Amino acid sequence: MPAPDTAGEGVRRRNRNREYTLVTAFFVLLFCSLAGYLVYFTVFRSEDFINSPYNTRQDTFADRVVRGSIVSSDGETLAYTQVYEDGSEERIYPYGGMYAHVVGYDSNGKSGLESEANFHLLSSHDFFLNQIRNEVKGLKNQGDTVVTSLNANLQATAYYALGDHRGAIMALEPKTGRILAMVSKPDFDPNTISQNWEYLIHDENDSSLLNRATNGAYPPGSVFKIVTALDYLRSRGSFEGYSYDCGGEITVDEHTIHCFGYYAHGEEDFYRAFANSCNCAFARIGLDLGAGSLRKTAEDLLFNGKLPLSAYKTSTFPLTTDAAAGLIMQTAIGQGDTLVSPAHMALLVSAIANDGILMKPTLIDEIRSSQGEPVKQTRPVEYAPLMSAGEAQALQGLMEQVVTAGTGMALNGRGYTAAGKTGSAEYNEEGDSHSWFVGYSNIEDPELVVCVIVEGGGAGSESAVPLAASLFDAYYYG
Amino acid sequence: MVNLIVELSKFTLLTLMVCYTLHCLYLVHAQAQGDTEISTALECLLLFAIDTVAFIVLYLKSGDRMVVFLYLGMMALFTVIMVLYHLLYPFSSRLLLNNTCCFLSIGLIMLARLDMEAAWKQFLIAVGTCLLCLAVPVMIRRMRFLKKLTWIYGGAGVVLLAAVFALARTSYGAKLSLMGVQPSEAIKITFVFFMASLLWRRVTMKKVLIATGVAALHVGILVLSRDLGSALIYFIVYLVMIYTSTRKVLYLGAGIGGGAVASVAAYHIFGHVQERISAWRDPMAVYENEGYQIVQSLFAIGTGGWFGMGLYQGSPQIIPIVKNDFIFSAICEELGVIFAICLILLCLCFFMMILNIALEIRSPFYKLIALGIGTLYATQVFLTIGGAMKFIPLTGVTLPLVSYGGSSLVSTLLMLSIIQGLYIFREDEDEEIERLRREALSAKNARPFFKRKTDAGPRYRR
Repeated sequence: MPAPDTAGEGVRRRNRNREYTLVTAFFVLLFCSLAGYLVYFTVFRSEDFINSPYNTRQDTFADRVVRGSIVSSDGETLAYTQVYEDGSEERIYPYGGMYAHVVGYDSNGKSGLESEANFHLLSSHDFFLNQIRNEVKGLKNQGDTVVTSLNANLQATAYYALGDHRGAIMALEPKTGRILAMVSKPDFDPNTISQNWEYLIHDENDSSLLNRATNGAYPPGSVFKIVTALDYLRSRGSFEGYSYDCGGEITVDEHTIHCFGYYAHGEEDFYRAFANSCNCAFARIGLDLGAGSLRKTAEDLLFNGKLPLSAYKTSTFPLTTDAAAGLIMQTAIGQGDTLVSPAHMALLVSAIANDGILMKPTLIDEIRSSQGEPVKQTRPVEYAPLMSAGEAQALQGLMEQVVTAGTGMALNGRGYTAAGKTGSAEYNEEGDSHSWFVGYSNIEDPELVVCVIVEGGGAGSESAVPLAASLFDAYYYG
Repeated sequence: MVNLIVELSKFTLLTLMVCYTLHCLYLVHAQAQGDTEISTALECLLLFAIDTVAFIVLYLKSGDRMVVFLYLGMMALFTVIMVLYHLLYPFSSRLLLNNTCCFLSIGLIMLARLDMEAAWKQFLIAVGTCLLCLAVPVMIRRMRFLKKLTWIYGGAGVVLLAAVFALARTSYGAKLSLMGVQPSEAIKITFVFFMASLLWRRVTMKKVLIATGVAALHVGILVLSRDLGSALIYFIVYLVMIYTSTRKVLYLGAGIGGGAVASVAAYHIFGHVQERISAWRDPMAVYENEGYQIVQSLFAIGTGGWFGMGLYQGSPQIIPIVKNDFIFSAICEELGVIFAICLILLCLCFFMMILNIALEIRSPFYKLIALGIGTLYATQVFLTIGGAMKFIPLTGVTLPLVSYGGSSLVSTLLMLSIIQGLYIFREDEDEEIERLRREALSAKNARPFFKRKTDAGPRYRR
């Protein structure tokens, strides 16, 4: 039937409609990308937003769910909610202050895991028949259990070893990032936090609420020589061939640095200088490297930047390229204006122990339903390579010397091998210092990283090293 | 016990919505294939089920008798509209009508949950507009002079927008409304008519320049009024209409290039543009200020998850202006991400229905009108949903037919009535062509010595 003219019209019409088809296709693509992004957001991104401490939506869950328990990896209950006959609830922390900072509290705001895992604690994956029964009876469902990576034995050892000293201890596995212990002193009792709240928030002298492990800001002292050493390695390619004659003090531009106790170390290679924690040698190295180079390496190691967990305080490295020689020398030996958290130093050494790769630190091993069924498991995730494997191994060599023939010799002969770095960070004009140690055990196949800081504890070898030793002992001998 | 029902209803609603969406996708596909014998009875049934389940939950949770009245009113409205359309316009698009009702339903369910008073206001405006709009299809058919009013459309648009800019007070950082009415919603329609009436005949360079100038005026005034969302919508409608009428990719490229340069300039000149961008990049970093809205929206979407919290189980009211710009986030939170994905697909179906209609229209003027309205709709949906989930920066536009807002509702319903008119007109067009053919044939047959075996017969009829 179609006459020639209608066929022509058909062609024209089809051509005319090509633009319409293209416009349709364009919007179909846009809409599909919308739906795709929503799926992507729900699968990959929503977790961050759900767990945000700003998200107050979770609190309405509490009307229908009994807050779940928090347990240690070896099965000790660290927090649970007691429901009384009249329906009232009380959050109980059986270990009192021992887990005060890491587990946190749940009244007067939230902190620690109580805040971080709030969503899971208030979600119930109870067996569905139980849920239906509870609904019919008008009862609340039992929230999920958070299984932490914390080890009750190590935590108790760290807590009692620190005793009445102020300071912090953190222990983690370098290969997985699992945090096994985290203690901060002075502590507080989360069971009575509501009653003591006014006192605690106004007590600026003790700042007991502050988690010093993750949010303390300390001068790093000689621990920072790890950073200076890495910068030296990067600019010179090797530690071999280095030599320095330490006379106990060094003066540049009328600024004098002296070694601990004015001790003159004499002729030393790089390994000896590091093991002796020789301030004169490292001040000289820092001057030779220059402020710009030091800053670049420090920033590669996450100074002035985000740490893997948002709750961790950023470490500051304010040294600029126009700094005077005196400040550069101070900074190179960990004094100056640099401030770090113990957690950052622990992560730095865990990356060295793990051949340069920093694993994302985790506190939660698993989420379980109240019946014990697994809901969600944490797998070790690489956070970032902080340095090459070769650089990490060279630093491992330096840190081994500290234990075999340096300031960390107290860790010798205990049935396991260890490596590390001590530090004494002066914090006032009188020369009082915080005592630091950060290191790891089993040098062949690093198993446990420990970071210790004792405020006002003097030299690293005096207070921090024996504390680290007691943690390694507890790890290997129970 | 009530919680148990809410929990069960959540999955019932999801199942119904998924069925509705799949069925709708099938129908749109069938329509595009030219299948005219499609039955929309199942669609109506599913829609009825969705509304009933949702309103039972709303009543159980709120205990508000107004919920029952709203439900009955809604059902009455939908029945009356469907019956009247069936009687008055037997050739109207059922598919378009059903989905209009579906979007109105979802909007009213969410509004009744968020703010009963707003739901009633929205409902009453919908009733009034739907009844008035019954006359629109026939008017479109009769008013043949519509394609000649180019300068009235253009002039009215520019003058009204300028009036809003000069007289309106600033709310939420933008100048939008005059005496409670947002003229920019109505001007969307005149703008489409302006472009179509200018471009439907042979397009000359001069016409393109005129269109560009008038469009630039519209967009410029809107940017100055800080109504960035509307400015973007007008711009995209302009681009699409120029491209389809000239069929030159060059114009499209030039337009996109110009738009990009203008966006960069706007970013540097206007502080509010920078705020929107910084809130989009990292909302958590500016949580206390410009990031607050979007972060709350993301909390809602994230917390809701695939299946949603259930009606009245979440807290969507925390999101600022949730009824207007963030209704999508509220839907995600309480009805679930799966439901929301269905909603996105339904919006896509709706757009494709309009474009399918545009494809079938032969009159170049009406074809361009349908295209312009379809583009308006799709752009607006993309901007509001994309903004709510931080896919693109926030522009502050509403989800047509779902969000709260009288002006937007009235203008959207008006546009859809125009589309219905064009759809029915397309039938007339076929009839007219057929009539002309018959006349021509009989004239030929009348010639005594031109004999031809011919069986013109009735042309296909839809």
